[in-house]
Amino acid sequence: MSTITVGSHAHDDSHGHAHAGSFLTTYVFSKDHKVIGIQFLFSTLIWFLIGGLLALGIRWQLAYPWSDMPVIGKMLFSSEGGQISPEFYTVLFTMHATVMIFFVIIPILAGAFGNFLIPLMIGADDMAFPTLNMLSYWFMWPAFICVGASFFVEGGAAKAGWTSYPPLSLTDLNGQTLWLMGITFVGVSSMMGSINYMTTIIQMRAPCMTMFRLPMTIWAMFITAVLQAFALPVLTAAGFMQLTDRVLGTGFFIPDGWSANNSPMAGGGGQPLLWQHLFWFYSHPAVYIMILPAMGMVSDIIACFARKPLFGYKPMVYSIAGIAGLGFIVWGHHMFVSGMNPWLGMTFMVSTMMIALPSAIKTFNWLGTVWGGNIQFTTAMLFALSFVSMFIIGGLSGIFMAATPVDIFIHDTYFIVAHFHYVLFSGTAMAVFGAIYFWYPKMFGRLMNERWGKVHFLLTFLFLNGTFFTMHILGVVGFPRRLADPYHYATFHHLRPMNVFMTWCAIGMVATQVIFAANFILSLFFGPKASRNPWHCNGLEWQAPSPPGHGNFDFQPVIYRGPYEYGSPEVDTDYYPQTQPPPQTESPQKAGESPAVQPAGH
Amino acid sequence: MGKFWSLVFLLVPVLGVAIFAVSPWYDHWLPRDISQHGHTIDHLFYFILWLTGAVFVVTEVALFWFLWRYDGKPGAPVKFVHGSHSLEIVWTILPAATLLFIAIYQMNAWANSKIRNPAAGPDGIYGTADDMRPMLEVTARQFEWRLRYPGLKAEGKLGDADDIFVVNDLHVPVNEEILLELKSADVLHSFFLPNARVKQDAVPGMKIPVWFRCTQTGSYDLVCAELCGWGHYKMKGRLTVESREEFDKWLAEKWKEQEATQDPQVAEGDVE
Repeated sequence: MSTITVGSHAHDDSHGHAHAGSFLTTYVFSKDHKVIGIQFLFSTLIWFLIGGLLALGIRWQLAYPWSDMPVIGKMLFSSEGGQISPEFYTVLFTMHATVMIFFVIIPILAGAFGNFLIPLMIGADDMAFPTLNMLSYWFMWPAFICVGASFFVEGGAAKAGWTSYPPLSLTDLNGQTLWLMGITFVGVSSMMGSINYMTTIIQMRAPCMTMFRLPMTIWAMFITAVLQAFALPVLTAAGFMQLTDRVLGTGFFIPDGWSANNSPMAGGGGQPLLWQHLFWFYSHPAVYIMILPAMGMVSDIIACFARKPLFGYKPMVYSIAGIAGLGFIVWGHHMFVSGMNPWLGMTFMVSTMMIALPSAIKTFNWLGTVWGGNIQFTTAMLFALSFVSMFIIGGLSGIFMAATPVDIFIHDTYFIVAHFHYVLFSGTAMAVFGAIYFWYPKMFGRLMNERWGKVHFLLTFLFLNGTFFTMHILGVVGFPRRLADPYHYATFHHLRPMNVFMTWCAIGMVATQVIFAANFILSLFFGPKASRNPWHCNGLEWQAPSPPGHGNFDFQPVIYRGPYEYGSPEVDTDYYPQTQPPPQTESPQKAGESPAVQPAGH
Repeated sequence: MGKFWSLVFLLVPVLGVAIFAVSPWYDHWLPRDISQHGHTIDHLFYFILWLTGAVFVVTEVALFWFLWRYDGKPGAPVKFVHGSHSLEIVWTILPAATLLFIAIYQMNAWANSKIRNPAAGPDGIYGTADDMRPMLEVTARQFEWRLRYPGLKAEGKLGDADDIFVVNDLHVPVNEEILLELKSADVLHSFFLPNARVKQDAVPGMKIPVWFRCTQTGSYDLVCAELCGWGHYKMKGRLTVESREEFDKWLAEKWKEQEATQDPQVAEGDVE
């Protein structure tokens, strides 16, 4: 593997300084990976708030169907008399999922943390293609505009579910067209990012940073980038096919002799199930795009605060690779009752069962990491531990759905809603909170308030379980998702009190995020100044200044070991930075000082 | 504070198990099973529930115990280990074997529900329209279930002039294998009988066979379980399971009503 040489690094540095000019190129159209990462972070956090409020709309309807929403109802739905109409309800859950998946989770993991951390953690001065990197952020804006504007066009925003199954999605008005365009722009942005991440991780590692000395975060980002590069083109193509079905009169997804709403439809000869295959061929790998980086970051945080090496580094790497590989052959488990040939269901069931295995291996290794450690309960650690605790639930509930006969009953019920919220909110979003508390000092040079961080953690943790754990029970009763008013069915009539409880937990959960927002914003200005390495961490990023300047490192990092040598008997401290030369060859150096460059080794 | 946080994590298995243990007492549980194959599905559900429940409790309690036991003290020594080859092998093989067992264990139930079409010939894998003798045809459309029963005259054949048309009111005889043909007139729908543990999407352009056998009489919900537009929530049908005599009587009544109000040819054209 090639690594950058000292000479080229110096050259890049001077090249970088030429950029540090006007406000516009420094903070807006910046090519610095750190600024781009922080741009992604702020944009996605704002969409996180919007997505959360959309969820509250869903929860309100399920707790108090067809009743006036207090205070904000008149403001938001004045045309409907302060109530959520059945049509607007379909918009709510469609856009909640769209915003959370495409504008929050994927870009906050890959865009914000991927961008910020990859060059810092591998010892590079920036991404391989800085201009492409800048474009990957700015291509999110047309998507933001398309989806944001779709709320105000005739017929409202997309309302065929985030899965956009035709033919229903073909009957929608303009909102669906804007949705498809938005998703295509997100796809272009992710594609630019993934090419850049792969190239950077392969080509720009610091001297002696071998692949098996990379932190888990980088391994996860790398494999995520591979997943995106191979799966995304399918979604983009499918999106275009649906777009041409809608506007050009093709018939990829329209069966013969089909009409809806009493209007004759052009096209024909297509197959609605084709969309489901194409969509899930992307969107199942996308499920792993939405969790693998979180798994990587959690591994780093847990090892750091357990003050102990990560248990089973290589099995952890192999299981990420295993999840990614198997992730391409399990998409059919979303379609067990779709009308797909049931023999296919049998094969997808076996592959789906097998994908639980690498997840189990990862969980056992996290437990192994905590075992025998010297645990420091920082806010970041609490969030990372809650990821493990919650991922166990999300992983185990997946087995119910993988079991095809059981899935006949729980498919499209709240059991699946519980499952993916345990993976995506209780899992990924909690890991993201942990990652924000953990890397905030590196991003902004100041620490967040720990006391309020822990209050934020405790309340979020309690409320999220109140909201999502009870969903399993609803699912066991068969409570279907996406129903604006399920209570007129005798089977589900008695479930409303539980839904009221869940709704108030959800309101509490969203309200709790005010604590987080205040902590985040106030710490930008008033937080205590952070040293280079406030957590006494081994990772390379902690050897750079906080926050790192343009070009990242004020010395040429050379790597001597993997990132998890906590509590090593070789040194007196309980951590052993990757750049610190071993004591027998040279005198130990303090973190932050420039170690002598070792030309040997590359 | 470490002990406090450990206890917070202990809440997960304690409350998790408690909620699942209490729910059946408050009728927040699987709806009453009225079908023959439903108990196989329920058995599988309980099997997986016990299995995953055990793994859930063991892993969550282990997490709690490690947090409690290894609550940090500054400078305390840690176990400087990077992993264990034998442990990795154990916790790879054991879950792999368990998962594979579940996969194989349930294949028969899946085949009985979705593959072994009772009307198909011995080689019939996925009953084609020709070798099927559906007892009725269900056409889902925004936002109702259109049911079409074969008339009383022409030996139970569908597509005759004597077909009987009913909306949202599905009647089936008890203890008989019901085979229906599921179609959609517009968008995707899903034919969901929670009590009979039946769910199948209706896809425009496809005829999908669905079969089940109800063992208890009564009146139950027929739910649409796939988003089909703004009125999805009110696409509500009724399943009535009754004795053969009552069923025949009901069908004859429906035929009489239909004769009295409309020409069946017109109704047929309407559904097609």
